[in-house]
Amino acid sequence: MILINKDKMKETKSELVVHSLLLAAAVLSVFITLGIILSLLLNTFSFFQEVSIFEFLTGKEWTPLFANPQYGVLPLITGTLTVTLVAAFIAIPLGLASAIFLSEYSPPSLRKILKPVLEILAGVPSIVYGYFALNLITPLLQKLIPGTEIYNAASAGIAMGIMIMPLVSSLSEDALSSVPLGMKHGGYALGATKLEVVKSISLPYAFSGIVSSFVLAISRAIGETMIVTVAAGARPTLTLNPLGSVQTLTAFIAQASQGDNAHGTTSYYALYAVGMLLFLITFSMNFYAHRIIQRKKEELVA
Amino acid sequence: MRNNFDYNKRRQLVNKIAHILFAGASFVSILVLLILLSDLVLRGTKYINLEFFTNFPSRFASKSGILPAMVGSLWLVVLTAAISIPVSVAAAVYLEEYAMDNRFTRFIKINISNLAGVPSIVYGILGLSFFVRTLGLGRSILSGALTMSLLIMPIMIVASQEAIRMIPNSLREGSYALGASKWKTVKGIVVPGALPGIMTGIILAISRALGESAPLLLVGAFSFVSTLPKSPMDSFIVMPIQIYTWMSKPSADFKDVTAAAILVLMVLLLTLNMTAIVIRNKFHQTYE
Repeated sequence: MILINKDKMKETKSELVVHSLLLAAAVLSVFITLGIILSLLLNTFSFFQEVSIFEFLTGKEWTPLFANPQYGVLPLITGTLTVTLVAAFIAIPLGLASAIFLSEYSPPSLRKILKPVLEILAGVPSIVYGYFALNLITPLLQKLIPGTEIYNAASAGIAMGIMIMPLVSSLSEDALSSVPLGMKHGGYALGATKLEVVKSISLPYAFSGIVSSFVLAISRAIGETMIVTVAAGARPTLTLNPLGSVQTLTAFIAQASQGDNAHGTTSYYALYAVGMLLFLITFSMNFYAHRIIQRKKEELVA
Repeated sequence: MRNNFDYNKRRQLVNKIAHILFAGASFVSILVLLILLSDLVLRGTKYINLEFFTNFPSRFASKSGILPAMVGSLWLVVLTAAISIPVSVAAAVYLEEYAMDNRFTRFIKINISNLAGVPSIVYGILGLSFFVRTLGLGRSILSGALTMSLLIMPIMIVASQEAIRMIPNSLREGSYALGASKWKTVKGIVVPGALPGIMTGIILAISRALGESAPLLLVGAFSFVSTLPKSPMDSFIVMPIQIYTWMSKPSADFKDVTAAAILVLMVLLLTLNMTAIVIRNKFHQTYE
């Protein structure tokens, strides 16, 4: 009897230890977020002791390495915007169209080929897309549009569009496949063609899921580093011209980290201020996208 | 009557055109993959020989090799796996098996999905300020592996959670009915059952770590190393950074060397992905 009790005691004790270890692993994720925010915040604070927030957010020149450095982040923002717009212009139509094809039109045999291809494309490292942009897209663009610079926003944007296309496609397809069959069959029973069912039943029903897939993909594009570092150039310019060289938020961070910026100088802290801005932009976009999905779920339950 | 007929014919035609357009958009992905792979093969294969795998990088394209980059990538991936797998699986087990459905749990879950969307270069900034500077680990393999672990843990946790969720409650109840404790049930029933799904998630996350370069630009990974790393505290270079370094060289020869290195990396990644797909299909079990 005593033996059994001892055994039981040991068991509950070890159960407790296991429980707390597992809990610690889960809570670690909260500390990662805190770590990110803290490391950005502290160093950004040092930056804003030297440069005013107003000057940072409204300045039109970004020249941290000049003798008389200017820290106006607008050129980096327009650079990011240009590349992202090109990427969205490629990824949204292609991604949505292939999602519609996969969920509504494609025979299962074709689906079995297309899905893995999209998965492979999604798994190609971004540095490889950088190679694709620099060595295949740029020469083609230069042939088609004379005057295109070697490093330009368009070719980086196109490569980035191809990279995020699988994300748009798979998330939109998930949204489209959540449309109740009964609704679609209702449409067909009224004599609608496939396109008409897609247009007036599936797309409106899956609208929120599709929009959130766009938001997530665009946020991914804004945060992407290697493609723009390799192919978009390193010249911060206040322009929306896709054929010229630009610098994005992420490309600046990559460049600044490689240069011999002494630890503790203003130009070193600029890296963190730009990182903070990048984090805030992508975080709010992701948060918004998740909220759209969450709301739709609650709506469906209600 | 005649009018009606035309109208219907037009609707059918529009549907057919849309069908073709949608199909065309889907085939763009196949086309891009084919163009990319054939370009890599055409440019890269002439540099792929034994020396390419045993040489160090060189000023001359013909003598360049990827040995330090491959060794560095191997170190990084093994260390990253050793750090991230236990923590991720533990977190997933906690969230699915132990956690109550309360505010705190929901907060952790939302936090993890938000972490998965943080740009990789931001993890690099965290690694630079926390591991490299605050903890004083320097630009070492360990700093790189810790940073990479933080980056892939959200992916692993979510994949493991999904795998664990597939285990039906009846199996757990059977285990409890035999007198097993909670931990014994988790250890003996839940995790083994979810293992194929967990493995698939782990392999995909590891292949992400193998191809990722942005955070390593900040944390470590020098553009040139003259010796092979021997301990986790040594400096290192990985394959994607080696590719980046070669890509930045203007000469046409180095374009081909770059293509060769990308080809090696892509073969490694495709092998990993295939393994994940095979595991998923072979051990895929559905419970009624």
